[in-house]
Amino acid sequence: MSETLVPFDEALSKFDPAMGLEVHVELNTATKMFCGCPTEFGAEPNTQTCPTCLGLPGSMPVVNGKAVESAIRIGLALNCSIAPWCRFARKNYFYPDMPKNFQTSQYDEPICFDGWTDVQFENAAGETETFHVEIERAHMEEDTGKSLHVGGSTGRIQGADHSLVDYNRAGIPLIEIVTRPIVGARENAPLVARAYVAYLREIILSLGVSDARMEQGSMRCDVNLSLAPRGSGALGTRTETKNVNSLRSVERAARYEVTRQAAVLSGGGSVLQETRHWHEDTGVTTSGREKSDADDYRYFPEPDLVPVAPPPEWVEELRASLPEDPRQKRTRLQAEWGYTDLEMRDVVAAGAVTLIEETIAAGTSAQAARKWWLSELARRANEQGVELAELPITTGQVARIQALVDEGSINDKLARQVFDGVLAGEGSPDEVVATRGLAIVSDDGALGEAVDRAIAANPGVAEKIRAGKVAAAGALIGAVMKDMRGQADAGRVRELILEKLS
Amino acid sequence: MSQLIRRTAAELADALAAGETTSVELTQAHLDRIGKIDGSADGRGIHAFLHVDAEGALAAAAAADERRAAGTPASALDGVPIAVKDVLATQGLPTTCGSKILEGWVPPYDATVVARLRQAGLPILGKTNMDEFAMGSSTEHSAYGPTRNPWDLSRIPGGSGGGSAAAVASFEAPLALGTDTGGSIRQPGAVTGTVGVKPTYGGVSRYGLVAMANSLDQVGPVTRSVLDSALLHEIIGGHDPRDSTSIDQPLPPLVESARQGAAGDLSGVRIGVVKELTGEGYQAGVQQRFDEAIALLVDAGAEVVEVSCPHFVHALATYYLIMPSEASSNLARFDAMRYGLRVGPAGVADPSAEQVMRASREAGFGDEVKRRIILGTYALSSGYYDAYYGQAQKVRTLISRDFEAAFGKVDVLASPTAPTTAFPIGDKIEDPLAMYLNDIATIPANLAGTPGISIPAGLAPEDGLPVGLQLLAPALADDRLYRVGAAAETLLEKQWGGPLLAQAPSLESSTAEEIR
Repeated sequence: MSETLVPFDEALSKFDPAMGLEVHVELNTATKMFCGCPTEFGAEPNTQTCPTCLGLPGSMPVVNGKAVESAIRIGLALNCSIAPWCRFARKNYFYPDMPKNFQTSQYDEPICFDGWTDVQFENAAGETETFHVEIERAHMEEDTGKSLHVGGSTGRIQGADHSLVDYNRAGIPLIEIVTRPIVGARENAPLVARAYVAYLREIILSLGVSDARMEQGSMRCDVNLSLAPRGSGALGTRTETKNVNSLRSVERAARYEVTRQAAVLSGGGSVLQETRHWHEDTGVTTSGREKSDADDYRYFPEPDLVPVAPPPEWVEELRASLPEDPRQKRTRLQAEWGYTDLEMRDVVAAGAVTLIEETIAAGTSAQAARKWWLSELARRANEQGVELAELPITTGQVARIQALVDEGSINDKLARQVFDGVLAGEGSPDEVVATRGLAIVSDDGALGEAVDRAIAANPGVAEKIRAGKVAAAGALIGAVMKDMRGQADAGRVRELILEKLS
Repeated sequence: MSQLIRRTAAELADALAAGETTSVELTQAHLDRIGKIDGSADGRGIHAFLHVDAEGALAAAAAADERRAAGTPASALDGVPIAVKDVLATQGLPTTCGSKILEGWVPPYDATVVARLRQAGLPILGKTNMDEFAMGSSTEHSAYGPTRNPWDLSRIPGGSGGGSAAAVASFEAPLALGTDTGGSIRQPGAVTGTVGVKPTYGGVSRYGLVAMANSLDQVGPVTRSVLDSALLHEIIGGHDPRDSTSIDQPLPPLVESARQGAAGDLSGVRIGVVKELTGEGYQAGVQQRFDEAIALLVDAGAEVVEVSCPHFVHALATYYLIMPSEASSNLARFDAMRYGLRVGPAGVADPSAEQVMRASREAGFGDEVKRRIILGTYALSSGYYDAYYGQAQKVRTLISRDFEAAFGKVDVLASPTAPTTAFPIGDKIEDPLAMYLNDIATIPANLAGTPGISIPAGLAPEDGLPVGLQLLAPALADDRLYRVGAAAETLLEKQWGGPLLAQAPSLESSTAEEIR
């Protein structure tokens, strides 16, 4: 099923896009939103459950105070007002992965509301532009369980042989951050969408409230998009594209919906208000459940929970202890480290800002820190399919390896072997150097013997040097290095050769 | 019938402390009584129990005896057995809520109140019958058949906690736990001649109580004396971090107040008779016994005045919007996916999850439950929310203000507990509105979160059936109920020459009763 599309530029000539972005962030609290179950990702299915998150008859929720704190910090970082008093509400609908068949969420009393953030992006002309995004609300809720539909070709419930449900995810705290309609971005709309989600992710990471991994679903984005006739100032019928799980996909999905909806409208049709699924592989959205304003969740205040009333002085404490804005911090660090724009962009993209910051703090030069994290370690992380921060090496260890290079104990080539050893769990850099015997040999006895062997094996070269062709020493140094498996102190070897052949 | 089982829980605790009996002996005596008269199987007995746990009760009793022998009782009631309403989760014991949809479900955890009973050493005899999900005033809505009133087996024992009340009234258990959402402890207490207490909302943990209406439900004692209720209330009450609505402050002195009240002196106590909860709609004999009880309280020194609570007339309508709204949401979890009954739709070879949910709920819920799910779903629907649920919450506030105004003038309020004595089984089953009217006097306290007690006030002259006197106090002042209730009990029993239940039929046809 392939849809008719209108080229993006042509679509923009006729229509104005409006977007609404809903981002769900899984908080990294130790326990769930309403019970004491652990939240660790990747545990055996249904091992992190209790009567409350399974919704067993008689069980009751208790609010996780840490989750409230995280919600408030997110709200403050997004310039939101914090409700002095708010409640949870039940969102009633039936689905097999919802233990109670209602989701405990917030409805008309969100904890954070009326915020904004300015996002920066690079337009098609390569210029940096700023766009003001208004935040309608950020509210707390619990995640549902996770369904796995087995059999069938689509991985969806229709056509599956059977379905499995993992309730480990049920009750994980979520913050849902909802923008007001983003209008006026015109051809930049997809870029603004991407930049907003990227910046939001940076803020979340700087707050330390979530690992915000889009590919693992700990940060999920729904892109609502509608088109209205150009210049009309109206809002058209929107579609809601669910679970767009990478920054690139946010941009692509927005762009795709512009071109698809433009085709529908240009053909005299009308856009169906519906949920759509994003397909990362083919880059298209397909129709999901039809959704209408008649969807009735029968919200009402959760009677098992008392209102959340954060004391104003606590909110002020949280405001005062907010971390530096990630964009300001990036600018400051780039200046301090002397990186080019391109270098800094790579560092940010690799998620290496904090790692490099810590490595530098442990005594490494800015360039050396960038070199190790973005080349040697980035390559290994990439090979293993993990994040840089997940590699089993500390910033202190990276700094120590560079210190060994700086003090001449090892060279860059040996340093790579030290990385191998540390990542293989062989111990600290010093232990790896010792057990693998990687230290550079500068002992004259051993070096002298190797030099003698090289001279004996290359009488022609030796003769040239004796005759004053000092440049020929390089060939003998190479032979010595090879003999000593790269561990010879090259400077001392040169000195010894020149001494012996003078 | 063993005379042992006719004693109150306080008397049994004294006998255990004095070494006159053992917990095993008296637990067995109650199990024997259940075996003789409950007759769940033949449909002619009291049918107070849905599940009897003889083995578990006797094991707990043996452990209690060891503690008593070692001089380290776990509580004042250590070793005194108890029955538990089937709406409370009991680890390892079936919990059905009187519904087919939960048939065979065995919870993997204990309700907090059940855990507290176990901790305090009370052997749990079993789980008592109830209207399905506590929806009803007669226990006729149990999916497992009705419970019968020990005073007259052709009549209802009240509801929803008819099983707990009948078990206590028929000496199958000295104590029971009930739950009260609109009167489900107090109204059965009234029509079976027992004492029932609905504590202040938040005074007793609801964790493990399968919710009908979370903002109204409370767990409370069902006993044969006011002192027994106080003793049990002190064991189950108090803050529970698992229930966010539980009040984080110590209980007032309940047992002490009951003992003080038993002296029968009410000097300086101001009692308000609620004008809206007497007169029209109340059975003549109910009104008569109520008036006589009030006269006794005056004799004991109480100052009695009439008090008007004008919004109480809207209590029933308010209740029937809020309760079904919450219930419709609470009952959504019974979808056959994880526990309980699962029914495949007829004639569908490869049913979807949605079809299984629908068929299971259709088969598993009774008519009254479905009625309330529909009412609640409607009341919460967008476009109706403000007119129904929203409006009901406003009236609820007005009812609370009526209470506040009244308690500015008097210490406790009084009314008949229920408008009539026990009616015949089948009488109102086809008329939901008539059934709902049973709770007209009890519902205001649930809406306001205030505590209430029902104590026996005598037998109505016209039918010889028990009448209840209801006392209501301000939130957190449960101790006043025990003081005034115990005083009334003392004065009334003096008139009757003993407990009202001494006049109830023995129920055992055998004349070869063991006399102790």
